[in-house]
Amino acid sequence: MTTLAPALRVPAARLTGLRARPGTVLALGFVVLVVVAAVAPGVLTDRSPTAIDFGNALAAPSWSHPFGTDEVGRDLLTRVIHGSRLSLGIGLGATALAMSIAIVLGFTAALAGGIIDTAITRVLEVAFAFPALLLALLLIAIFGPSATTQVFAVGIGSAPGYARMVRGQVLNVRQAGYVEAAAALGHGRWTVLRRHLFPNAMRPLVAVVTLGVGQSIVWASSLAFLGLGIAPPNPEWGALLDAGRLYITTSWWLEILPGLVIVLFAISVTTLGRTLQRRLEGASR
Amino acid sequence: MKIATVRVLVRLLSVVAVLVAAASVTFFAQLLVPGDRATTILNLQNGREQEWTAAELAPVNQRFGFDDPLLLQYLHYVGGLLKGDLGTSYTQYQSVTSVIGAQIGPSLALTAAALVVAWGLAVGVTLLTVKRGRFVTGLGSGWETFAASLPTYWVGVVLLVLLAVKIPVFPVIGGSGVWGTVLPVLTLAIPLAGFLGQVTRDEFDKVLDQPFVTTARTRGMGDTAVRLRHGLRHAVLPGITLSGWALGALVSGAVIAENIYGRPGIGQVLVTAVNTRDVPTVSGIVLVVAGVYVVANLLVDLAYAAVDPRLRSHARVATA
Amino acid sequence: MSVDTDRTRTTATAAAAPLPVAPEESAAPVPLLEVEGLRVSFAGKEVVKGISFTAHAGRCLAIVGESGSGKSVTARTLVGLTGPGAEVEADRLELGPHDLTTLGERQWRRIRGKQVGFVLQDALVSLDQLRKVGHEVAEPLAVHGIGDRRSRAARAIELLRAVGVPEPEVRAAQRPYELSGGLRQRALIASAIALDPPLVIADEPTTALDVTVGAQVLDLLAASKARGTSIILISHDLAVVARLADDVAVMQGGVLVEHGPVEQILRAPQHPYTQALLDAVPSEHTRGTRLVRPADGEEKPARTRRPVDRGRPLIEARHLVKAFRGPDGKDREVVRDVSFEVFGGETLGIVGESGSGKTTTARIALALTAPTSGEVLLRGEPWSGLSPRQRRPERSRIGVVYQDPLSSFDPRWSVARILADALSRGPNPPGNGREARARSRALLEQVGLGAEHLNAAPLRLSGGQRQRVAIARALAPEPDLIVCDEPVSALDVSVQAQVLDLLTDLQDELGVTYLFISHDLGVIHHMCDRILVMKDGEVVESGTADEVFERPRHPYTRQLLTALPRLEVAR
Repeated sequence: MTTLAPALRVPAARLTGLRARPGTVLALGFVVLVVVAAVAPGVLTDRSPTAIDFGNALAAPSWSHPFGTDEVGRDLLTRVIHGSRLSLGIGLGATALAMSIAIVLGFTAALAGGIIDTAITRVLEVAFAFPALLLALLLIAIFGPSATTQVFAVGIGSAPGYARMVRGQVLNVRQAGYVEAAAALGHGRWTVLRRHLFPNAMRPLVAVVTLGVGQSIVWASSLAFLGLGIAPPNPEWGALLDAGRLYITTSWWLEILPGLVIVLFAISVTTLGRTLQRRLEGASR
Repeated sequence: MKIATVRVLVRLLSVVAVLVAAASVTFFAQLLVPGDRATTILNLQNGREQEWTAAELAPVNQRFGFDDPLLLQYLHYVGGLLKGDLGTSYTQYQSVTSVIGAQIGPSLALTAAALVVAWGLAVGVTLLTVKRGRFVTGLGSGWETFAASLPTYWVGVVLLVLLAVKIPVFPVIGGSGVWGTVLPVLTLAIPLAGFLGQVTRDEFDKVLDQPFVTTARTRGMGDTAVRLRHGLRHAVLPGITLSGWALGALVSGAVIAENIYGRPGIGQVLVTAVNTRDVPTVSGIVLVVAGVYVVANLLVDLAYAAVDPRLRSHARVATA
Repeated sequence: MSVDTDRTRTTATAAAAPLPVAPEESAAPVPLLEVEGLRVSFAGKEVVKGISFTAHAGRCLAIVGESGSGKSVTARTLVGLTGPGAEVEADRLELGPHDLTTLGERQWRRIRGKQVGFVLQDALVSLDQLRKVGHEVAEPLAVHGIGDRRSRAARAIELLRAVGVPEPEVRAAQRPYELSGGLRQRALIASAIALDPPLVIADEPTTALDVTVGAQVLDLLAASKARGTSIILISHDLAVVARLADDVAVMQGGVLVEHGPVEQILRAPQHPYTQALLDAVPSEHTRGTRLVRPADGEEKPARTRRPVDRGRPLIEARHLVKAFRGPDGKDREVVRDVSFEVFGGETLGIVGESGSGKTTTARIALALTAPTSGEVLLRGEPWSGLSPRQRRPERSRIGVVYQDPLSSFDPRWSVARILADALSRGPNPPGNGREARARSRALLEQVGLGAEHLNAAPLRLSGGQRQRVAIARALAPEPDLIVCDEPVSALDVSVQAQVLDLLTDLQDELGVTYLFISHDLGVIHHMCDRILVMKDGEVVESGTADEVFERPRHPYTRQLLTALPRLEVAR
């Protein structure tokens, strides 16, 4: 039933949307929680992230301190909650930067074609596979560690991957029958670009952007883990990891629990991105 | 024959282009450092921020050649590169080549071992779990999503705390012995295995629905044989194309793993250099990695052609 | 296999002792395969609803049906590969001495390949692209543990030779993508008959092939049948069936609606579905009539043609040449010196096999591809020679209908938006949204769709409905000419009949002019007034439909017509 199968698959793919999957609901819940923490940390905790309590330093997780305390007795959970604003900001900023670069390069390459396309594509291929961390480190070595450097380091590092995707997507859509059909109706190049090419090429990237925010936060926290992030007093997820490294053999929670929050956020965002991707594919194929 | 020759030439040209581009980027990166370079160096060496007199700066400028015209500096740098001279470290007063040379061996060994382990894990899990009923398949793809989302540092820390601190099976400080290499290799391999597994699974899933697989079954072939003989080769193709990227990810991961386990390697040197803002050393490492990366990608291309004979053929591949 | 029957038989028996040899032919035809009350359901939905049939040695049973009829599911069930989640029940399912209903997977594997050979539709995707053809052909031997590596390689070459593959030693060492479509399909058949199974099931074996190649593949299956193999042919194409089958079973919605000898089914069909299916096949006999019989009427109404304006041609192509640069850097001419003219109100057909240059010719006429040399004139004025800027406002004078309508619609757009956009390109664009909607509704009505489809996304429509929307879009800007590029090739025969009827109705009502591209000679003969036959970029023959089809002058045209599977029905 070669002709039947694809016809049957489409509605099936649509049924497995947001509603059906408990994993997606959990993921959405966690992302909402993080966003609330970033926007209004006071809703989730009334403690201060900087309240020092030397008598209670390096306390293991307990009911009163679910994530334990750090070397000067600050509540780790409170610091994680207050740290989400800066972390999320870095993630969003880096993704926005990466996407902007990617859209410009991807569209230019795909639409210009010829030697411009070949040149951009070659550069992107090399940059895509080149260790992103090294590029980031080079930038930090030059400009010194700061939140801005992190945004640029992660944004520039992840741009080539997106740019390749944008280019592929534009080429794909440009070959689509409806683009030719629009040309056959006598629409001009710009009209076709504006009405068909741009929106259809950008559609699947919505999901990619979602995935990208998670990846950016992971990357930024990796830099911070190496001690190349934001200066310690600011609560930021990566900075917490950096601060905890000294005590790794005695107080495991300082590393593992903030790390777990980052992991959960990354997984949640990935799950949401994939669900979105599946829905978009279901709607267009 | 002709097409093959042209392809080899194009490859070689692009190798040269990548290296020249990387060299230029690193050279200009050194110029981008805000402020006067000689001042930066003296500050670094003396550990304080201050203004230096022209007389104090002169020998530094002389030594590093900062007074020469830019073009001359550039040619000097590139000329040095051709002779294997990566410049001089700001802090160690030692040639960058010797700093890296002493450290690159363990890093390469770690990366290579991790790549092998990651592929083994990824292929093993997909072979065993693709299209094996809801539960097993869900388990396999769940593991992959989870593993692929893990940041390297977190895997490293969890493995360290679990298997070196709580249950002391492995040493906390790795060293470069075999026993001490197990945890760093796993740290690198697990996230990569998750990622390669996702790609391989998607493809495997598609391949097992292909008519040629059905045809093989109609010949009386059993499920295991179908997976191994027909499915596997097709399924690993997209993963292999991503191996260039995977190597990049591994190098990034290696820097982190080496730092967690206190393992000798370029990771340690690199982080120290970034912290002290020793740009020539950082640039040198970036360049060396670029070189390794270019060679590795040539190898990946060869591996791909070995698995997919279509690339060796002169005939244009018909649309599949 | 006359080549080496004895050896295969003996080795087969030696390798798997409990399996008896396939039954020999005796005087009274003993059925080889007996199926009674076969039911298949997926997730509680029954797709095969209790069908019964038998297959005999040396005979061919064809199971005919449209997509969704359950014919392919039935075929796969006969080798125990219905698919995951399928529930199969049968009162009786016997292949020779084997009771198939009781088999476990391990026992099924001994049946597959050895007792039943299976040939799938498209050999390009049915053979493993990464393995050598020889290995693929000999795989059944390897799977069943027959012979060693060297003897299997030799056997693969023998098999390839037996199915008429030239230079079998060379071909065996190549990969499937290096072979032409016909050779690939032969290799696939060679692999299916490698163990000389008494039953061969062929699922749409010629659908992906050009007519002439398809005919050769059918001959190959006929030769196998003559040697005593029982063949079950699964097909949507009644004409293909007529060429090979002895018995025909017609399936619709999981039920066998009619079953009997081929002459009876094709000449005197009893069931209305079979009758409609036969009526729907376009050919020289259906020319000038509609294909779909009205519910109450006995006769299919004849067309009422408008007169063709033989004055100035509407569109005129002069010595078109199109060359593309090949991967080796050499120019290849895919269109060579093609000239034609189309007059107002007529249908000019271009027929040819894949690679003949017919689609490129259509694209040049649409000015979507510029000719390397030569020119196209529209109403006597330059068309291909215009600059893109000059041409753009004029483009709406030529409409187009593609083979795959879905990909020609922006997935974000509704039918209403698609039609409004097309209307806005015409000479009288609608003044406002209300007028656009009203005119879109009228267009839908014209192509036989209700206004309820206005807000639908094309993805939600059936294949036939989509093609109707595509036709409505082509009509919207009131074009002089509509280019139809394989407009019905992706459709089931009954839907194809409806769409062809719609196209002829529109011509009769509105006097539309068509440039009609197709590989299907039956469709071309049914639709077209005049015909160009193309081969390798050249027009080898042209003339009125009857001239070309009844008195072909060029050997290629004759070859096409001989190869064409026909329904020899005196109706």
